[in-house]
Amino acid sequence: MTINRRTLLAGAAALPALGGLPFRSARAQAANTIRIGVMNDQSGTYRDLSGPGSTQAVELAVKESGITQRGVTVEVVQADHQNKPDVGSTVVRQWIDRDGVDVIVDVPTSSVALATNTLVREKNKVFLNSGAATSDLTGAQCSPNTVHWTYDTWMLAQSTGGAMVRAGGKSWFFITADYAFGHALERDTGNFVKAQGGEVLGAVRTPFPGTTDFSSYLQQAQRSRAQVIGLANAGGDTINSIKQAAEFRITRGGRVKLAGLLVFITDVNSLGLEVAQGLVLSETFYWDLNDKTRAFTQRLGAMPGNIKPSMVQAGCYASVLHYLKAVGDMGVAAAKASGVDAVTRMKAMPTNDDAFGEGTIRADGRKIHPCYLFEVKSPAESKGAWDYYKLLGTTPGAQAFRPLTEGSCALVRS
Amino acid sequence: MADTAISVAAPDAVHEEAGLFGFTRAQALAFGVLVAFVLVSPFFLYPVFLMKVLCFALFACAFNLLIGYVGLLSFGHAAFFGMGGYIAGHTAKVWGLTPEIAIIGGGAVGAVLGLGIGWLAIRRSGIYFAMITLAMAQMVYFFCLQAPFTGGEDGIQQIPRGRLFGLIPLDTDFTLYWLVAAIFLGGFLLVHRVVHSPFGQVMKAVRENEPRATSLGYRTDDYKLLAFVLSAGLAGVAGGTKAMVFGIATLTDVHWNMSGEVVLMTLVGGLGTVFGPVVGAAVIVTMQNYLAEFGAWVTVIQGVIFVACVLAFRRGVVGEIGNLLKVRL
Repeated sequence: MTINRRTLLAGAAALPALGGLPFRSARAQAANTIRIGVMNDQSGTYRDLSGPGSTQAVELAVKESGITQRGVTVEVVQADHQNKPDVGSTVVRQWIDRDGVDVIVDVPTSSVALATNTLVREKNKVFLNSGAATSDLTGAQCSPNTVHWTYDTWMLAQSTGGAMVRAGGKSWFFITADYAFGHALERDTGNFVKAQGGEVLGAVRTPFPGTTDFSSYLQQAQRSRAQVIGLANAGGDTINSIKQAAEFRITRGGRVKLAGLLVFITDVNSLGLEVAQGLVLSETFYWDLNDKTRAFTQRLGAMPGNIKPSMVQAGCYASVLHYLKAVGDMGVAAAKASGVDAVTRMKAMPTNDDAFGEGTIRADGRKIHPCYLFEVKSPAESKGAWDYYKLLGTTPGAQAFRPLTEGSCALVRS
Repeated sequence: MADTAISVAAPDAVHEEAGLFGFTRAQALAFGVLVAFVLVSPFFLYPVFLMKVLCFALFACAFNLLIGYVGLLSFGHAAFFGMGGYIAGHTAKVWGLTPEIAIIGGGAVGAVLGLGIGWLAIRRSGIYFAMITLAMAQMVYFFCLQAPFTGGEDGIQQIPRGRLFGLIPLDTDFTLYWLVAAIFLGGFLLVHRVVHSPFGQVMKAVRENEPRATSLGYRTDDYKLLAFVLSAGLAGVAGGTKAMVFGIATLTDVHWNMSGEVVLMTLVGGLGTVFGPVVGAAVIVTMQNYLAEFGAWVTVIQGVIFVACVLAFRRGVVGEIGNLLKVRL
C-alpha cells in the first residue's frame, strides 16, 4: 500500500519535471514565420504591470499589423523569468538557439533586461524592451539590436522633478531607498528640481531592503515643511510609504504632495484611491488619455485580472506593431536574417500607433514620445472604475528623454 | 602460475579502486551512470541548461558536505555562492584574468569568507548556528547591494568567457560545457573523497555525537571549521563557474532565497547521500527552466511537487532509491 501510494506520488511529481525535458524538439526554422517571445514576470510583483496582459497586447498588435493576411505566420510564445537574471537568460538562449525566436519583448526588471540585451546582441536578434526602467539600455550598454520603448529612469526623474516644479511644487524632501538605484533617482530628480528653480530641503535614507515602517521618515519629511515629498524608491517600499503617508494624513489639505518616482497605474489600483489620492507620478500612457488610447483599450478587450492596460503593456503593443511594419517593409527573410537590419529599419520609419501617437526611434534605440505628469484623483473626483488620473502637465517628446549626446552610447559617436 | 597471479591481482585492483575514491560497488555504478550522463547529455540536451544544472549540483554537493556529514544546517550558503560569482565576474571583466584563475579566485574568496563566518558560527549549534549563518549572509547581501564593484541591483553584466589558460576560447557553449563538466566532476570527487577519508569519519562522528567525539580526543571545532571552509570554498567555485556560464553575477545569487533553494535541492535529492544533491539540483533547475512557459503556474507546480516529495519520499529521491535497493548511494 505504502509503496503504491509512494510510487504514484513519485511518478506524479517527476512527470512535469521530466515531461518538458527530452521531448522538446527543436522546431524547424520556417522561413516565412516570425516568432515573438514575450518574457516577463508572470507570478511576482510585476505580474499586473506586464505579465499575461503584455502577451495579450502583443497578440493584438499581430492581428492589427495585417501581416498575417500577407501569408506571414506569426507565433507568440511567453515565459516567466521569475525576476531572476539566470532564468531569464536561459529562456532567451533556448528561445533563440532552439525554438527560432526572432524577437524578445517586454522584460521588466533591469538586471534581467541588461542580460537579455547582451544576449540578443550576441545572437543578432531583436529586443523590444518595454518593462525595464534602466536608462543604461540606451546609455552605456546600448545595442544596435535593442529598442527601449516605454519609459526609463531619466525620463521619470525629469518629468516628476521638472514638471512638478513647473506645476508649483517648489521645495522638495526625498525619502530614498539606501542603494545605488535610490541614490541615482534622488540625485537625478534633485538636479531637475534645481534646474527648474526649485530647492531640495533635505533627504533621508531608508535601509533597503527590509524597511516596513516609514512613519519616522515621513514625519521627518513633514517637519522639513517641503511642498513635495519625493519617494526615491520602488515596489513594496513605495507602496508602504504611500499607505503610511495616508494614515498620517500628510497629504490631506493638498499643501503637501507625495511624488512617486517609480509608481504605475497598477500600484494605484491595488492601493485604492482612498489611500493613493493626491499622489503625483509620471507615465507615458494612460488608457483614458484621449480618444485613440480609449479606442486601443476598447480593442484590447477584457484583460486578465480585469485590469486596464498599463504603459508597459501598451509599449509591448506599440513596439511589436512597429516591428511588424518594418518586417512588412523589408521582407520576412531579411528581417529574420539580421536583427540589426530590422532595428535599423525600425529607426528609419516614423512610428504611429493609438497608444503613444506619433514618434520616432533614436539612433541609441530610445523611443521618443511625450511624457505626462498625473495626479491621482480623490474618490469623489473619480467617475468610475479605473478613472484614476488627472493630467497636470505634458513634457513634449523632444525634452522628455535624455539628450542623445549625454548617454555615452557608443552607437551615437560612431 | 598465471592463474594465481591474476587471482591475487584482481582483488587488489578492486581494493585500489575503492581506496582511491572510497566508492562502494553501488556507488561506483551510480558514478559510472553519472559520468556517462555528463558525457552524453550535451549531444541531446541544451548545453547552457546542463551547465546550470552542473553549477547548482556542485553548489548542492558543497552544501551537503556540511549538512549531510557534519550535521550543520547553514542557512547562509548563498553568501559564498554569490560572492564567488561576483569575484570571478569582477576579476574576469575588470582585471582581465583568465576564466580558470577567476573561478579559483571566486572559490578562494568563498573559502576566506567561510573561514570568517564559520569561525563565528560553529560556536553554536542547531537553530542558533542556522541563524548566525543567515545573519552573516544577510550582511554579505547588504555589502553586495552597496559595494560599487557589484553594480547594485543591475549586477555585473557582460562578463567575458575569455580563453581557458589564455589559449582555448570558450565562446561556444559546447567548449565551455566540458570545462564546467570537469569542474563539477572534480568537485564531486573531492567531496566524495573528503567524506570517505579518516577526516570524513571524524566529521560523521561529530554529526552522530559531538560530546563523544570530543571525549575520544578530537578537537571537534577544528573539524567543523575545516568542513565549513571546504564547503564555502566549493560553493564559491560553483558560483564563479555560474557567473562564467551566464556572463552575469547578480543579487539573486546572494539573496537568502538562494540559501533556501540549495536546502530544497539537497532535501529533494536526499540528505547525506553522495548523489542526492546532484539529482535534487537537476530536479529543481529543470522545474525552474522548463516550467517557465507555464507562466503563473510555476510556483503552484513547484509547491505541489515539493509537497509530494515531502509526503511521499522523505529521504529524498536518491535516499528512497537507496533504501529500496538496500544500498548506500
